[in-house]
Amino acid sequence: MNLFRFMLRNHDQVLELTLEHLRLVGFSTLLAMLIGIPLGIGIAHWPRFNKPVLASANIIQTIPSLALFGFLLPVPWLGARADRLAILALTLYALLPIIRNTYTGLRGVDAAVVEAGRGMGLTESQLLFQVELPLAVSVILSGVRVAIVISVGLATIAAAIGAGGLGEFIFRGLAMVDDRVILAGAIPAALLALLADFGVGWLERRLQPR
Amino acid sequence: MQATAATPVIEFRDVSYRVAGTQVLSGFNLQVHSGETLVLLGRSGSGKTTSLKLVNRLLTPTCGDILVRGMSNKDADLIRLRRGIGYVIQDVGLFPHFTIERNIGLVPKIEGWPEDRIRARVQELMQMVGLAPETATRYPRQLSGGQRQRVGVARALAADPEILLMDEPFGALDPLTRDELQREFLLLQRRLHKTVVFVTHDLHEALRLGSRIALMEAGRLVTVLSPGEFLRSADPLAAAYVRAFGKGLESAANRGTS
Repeated sequence: MNLFRFMLRNHDQVLELTLEHLRLVGFSTLLAMLIGIPLGIGIAHWPRFNKPVLASANIIQTIPSLALFGFLLPVPWLGARADRLAILALTLYALLPIIRNTYTGLRGVDAAVVEAGRGMGLTESQLLFQVELPLAVSVILSGVRVAIVISVGLATIAAAIGAGGLGEFIFRGLAMVDDRVILAGAIPAALLALLADFGVGWLERRLQPR
Repeated sequence: MQATAATPVIEFRDVSYRVAGTQVLSGFNLQVHSGETLVLLGRSGSGKTTSLKLVNRLLTPTCGDILVRGMSNKDADLIRLRRGIGYVIQDVGLFPHFTIERNIGLVPKIEGWPEDRIRARVQELMQMVGLAPETATRYPRQLSGGQRQRVGVARALAADPEILLMDEPFGALDPLTRDELQREFLLLQRRLHKTVVFVTHDLHEALRLGSRIALMEAGRLVTVLSPGEFLRSADPLAAAYVRAFGKGLESAANRGTS
């Protein structure tokens, strides 16, 4: 009840930090999709690039997030603004699930369907946009879903470098040894993750080829 | 180059195909004439499907040349070449996310036909291959195997290609449906006079549908015979096929004891 009262009293700030959080996650996911989906398409068509690309994305994932934020801090243009830096770092983390699922989704399209399309005289781009991507879309989206859920959690750490978001409450609460303040950040973050998971999951089922 | 009546519609000239160190096809020479159904008969791995895919350049020969209407298909525009050749495969390869209507009308659509002309053509084709009009708005997975294969044939015929390549199109069907589709194929072919290359390993199908039968073994063309000649042929492989086929029925009837 205490917590509820705390959040109500600070509702402006809860809302503001939630929006900041959404902005970090939204921009980074969008960027990761813009980079990751074409990369996934690329390695599905030229399999010899598949190992190096997936390995790089994998290595990025193994870097502890706090360390990655730290590494990027001295980079000139990036380090100038904490939110820029946070968005880049989150984008890097979101790449792996998106690239991997785009690749898996496209590889999973029935070879007979692709061959029939090619044999009928579809151009490679017609084949990609009318056949392969629509058939892979639900697998690709499930990668996006994983990326968003990871990002919502990771974005709380971005507060450590002053990028804002719900992590502010968490770090403040930790410093104040006040559970209410920690939860005021953690609970909306968890809700965001659940909501995104549910939303994209719904979209995924809607777009599932019959 | 203008093709004349005497020019074969498809001609293989000394074609070889090798992939990953395996010689799939060697010294292959064959002519397919306008309006005939040429059956490529052979066991799996004999190079039938490879030969077919060389025609619409899903594969490129290691050496030799394939002429389509008198012109090497290497020089043809790849997309134009393929759109002028209907292609039917055993797995059908219907687009699962398209309705039957859209599947059949795809090539006309990407060729930029007006909507009403596509619709009329799709209706005509569905009737031609014996599909009920109400299947138009269904999806492939809602259809039986026989119906799907009919859609595959209709789709291949959509832009009225002169040439039809069929890779064991009826191979995965139950015997009764296969018989039905073979009969309809003959009726259709009597009307349309397409130049058809038909791949099968089934002698019965080859004899029934083919104007000529090209017998293949281990990447080589053994002989080309009419169905009548095939049955009387002294060629050891052709004779072996005929024997196996005849014995197949007999021994099945005698439960394999003969």
